[in-house]
Amino acid sequence: MDISSPPLSENHEIIRLEDARKIYKMGMQEVRALAGVNNTFAKGSFWAIMGPSGSGKSTMMNILGCLDRLSSGRYYFDGRDISTLNDDDLSELRLRRIGFIFQSFNLIPQLTVQKNIELPLYYLGWEAERSAARALLLAEQVGLGERLGHRPAELSGGQMQRVAIARSLANDPQVIFADEPTGNLDTKTGIQILELLQKLHQEGKTIIMVTHEPDIAAYAQYQMHMRDGLIERIEGGPR
Amino acid sequence: MKQAKIIRNIALGIENLLLHKLRSFLTMLGIVFGVGSVVAMLSVGEGASKEALEQIRKLGSNNVILSSIKSVEEESTSSARAHMSVYGLTYEDYRRIAESFKDVQKAAPVKLVRKESRLGEKLLELRVVGTTPVWFELVPREIIAGRVLTELDVDNQAPAAVLTEYGARRLLAGEHTIGQTIRIGSNSFLVIGIVKSESGQAGNIQIPDLEVDAYIPIEVARKYFGDIQTRMTAGSREREQVELHQIILRIDSTEHVEPTAGAVEQMLNNFHKKKDYTISVPLALLKQAEATKQRFNIVLGSIAGISLLVGGIGIMNIMLASVTERTREIGIRRAIGAKRKQIIYQFLIETVVLSTTGGIIGLGVGVFIPFLITIFSGMATVLTLWGILLPLLISMLIGILFGLYPAMHAAQVDPIVALRHE
Repeated sequence: MDISSPPLSENHEIIRLEDARKIYKMGMQEVRALAGVNNTFAKGSFWAIMGPSGSGKSTMMNILGCLDRLSSGRYYFDGRDISTLNDDDLSELRLRRIGFIFQSFNLIPQLTVQKNIELPLYYLGWEAERSAARALLLAEQVGLGERLGHRPAELSGGQMQRVAIARSLANDPQVIFADEPTGNLDTKTGIQILELLQKLHQEGKTIIMVTHEPDIAAYAQYQMHMRDGLIERIEGGPR
Repeated sequence: MKQAKIIRNIALGIENLLLHKLRSFLTMLGIVFGVGSVVAMLSVGEGASKEALEQIRKLGSNNVILSSIKSVEEESTSSARAHMSVYGLTYEDYRRIAESFKDVQKAAPVKLVRKESRLGEKLLELRVVGTTPVWFELVPREIIAGRVLTELDVDNQAPAAVLTEYGARRLLAGEHTIGQTIRIGSNSFLVIGIVKSESGQAGNIQIPDLEVDAYIPIEVARKYFGDIQTRMTAGSREREQVELHQIILRIDSTEHVEPTAGAVEQMLNNFHKKKDYTISVPLALLKQAEATKQRFNIVLGSIAGISLLVGGIGIMNIMLASVTERTREIGIRRAIGAKRKQIIYQFLIETVVLSTTGGIIGLGVGVFIPFLITIFSGMATVLTLWGILLPLLISMLIGILFGLYPAMHAAQVDPIVALRHE
């Protein structure tokens, strides 16, 4: 299946889950991390997924981010059923359509800021000059134009998360997944990061964020509350 | 584009290895010594066998050399004083061999006599080689001046002598080289030519030109010096009668060398009561030397192979540790969209860079050791292109072989687990 070509149908949804289930086997016990979820994420929306630990929000994130596959049910990404894609095709999808931001930043320590930002471009096969130019552009966007030659260890937490955001934008993704993006940051820095995410949302990116703090979830358009592998309720609406 | 990517991959690999310089270096050591020993052993082995083969080839690979020796029985009975021992190859043997074997293309008889020679004040003990012009065809010699013996010299029984370069330099130094008359024993000889001396040692293979030789027609040698020689040994006088000291045969083709040598030996056996001759076949020696070299190479190869194997295991060990250490990095790369094979590729390149760098350093070590050996022991060592490329290629292959498992291991990392890995 060719996932790099644009979809044929004109559609306002980017992600749709139909009876999505994920079951883990832990010894003899079966854990139903997702117990039949149905939801549609509109293009350009900003979601916060909330819930206590064990509610299935992490599994939700891994499934939506194409890092994991459903045990049963359907997952449509940009109009295509991707539930049956193999590992390589999922990698390709992540490479071209998805960006990730993590709680612990997940920068590669031995690479400079520039190389970290260029990482998706490297796998996309961009030439060195072109990707260096893009890395500079993105670093400037997140306010780190001066830090391209630094290594992650030389940066503050807020700066590292900005680098991670720049990296997540490198492939111009349709959806950005943010897993507790402010979890390791102080309140003030956290707010700056959230404002940056809001700016990206305004620019048209779909953002799906996992958090357990209502204050942070409030930055999103929708708050999805999960419990026991199911969506308990959805709050908010288009703003 | 493709090329640029490979270069970037290699650069990335080098960068990663440079992060842990000491560790990378220690990991490489196994390969360094493995390759170093392969290169060194190959070049020493090549040098030794080349020297041996060279010497054998000088004897002529289509030649068969018959030599007179004192038989063992003769040795034991000759203890009596002034006893005369009669042994060895005879003129009759020479004639029979030359006439009765169709595969014997040419034959040269050799008669050796030690004689004092003189030119003015200069004295030198020469080994006088009585032979025929054919000798110069069978054992080619570079002519420095004048000419070698001809049939005419033989027919005329001319007292003409061809000297080797070394003897000529000592005897004729400063004088006009050829055209001099020198005295050998009590007879005068005209120096008609000078040929190059053979340098180097032929081991136990006898070839009559390693010393200061004078080549003269065999009939002249026989007429002037006779067949009986007197030797003074430890107070006793030993007299020996030997007609010919050597007969050198040229066989028409390589395939016939060994059968003909066998037939000649058979015939000599019939005519000689005692075993007072030896037969040496350079071709057989050559084959033997080549077989020895083959065996030598196999032994060296196995030893080197083991050290390379150990080096490879060391690399694999470190790469596995590195994969564990970098689980999180692998997870990040996978999450971003790297495919499994790209992760395999990354780690494989790192391993190959490591092992090939080790190989290159090992090559340096391996070139340096034979260099030292040549300087300090004078042994010849030969570096062949093959001897350099093969170890390099092997070190690369080791990188691939022992890097594959760690790389596959890396590619199996689950990104979800890896991203939580501390």
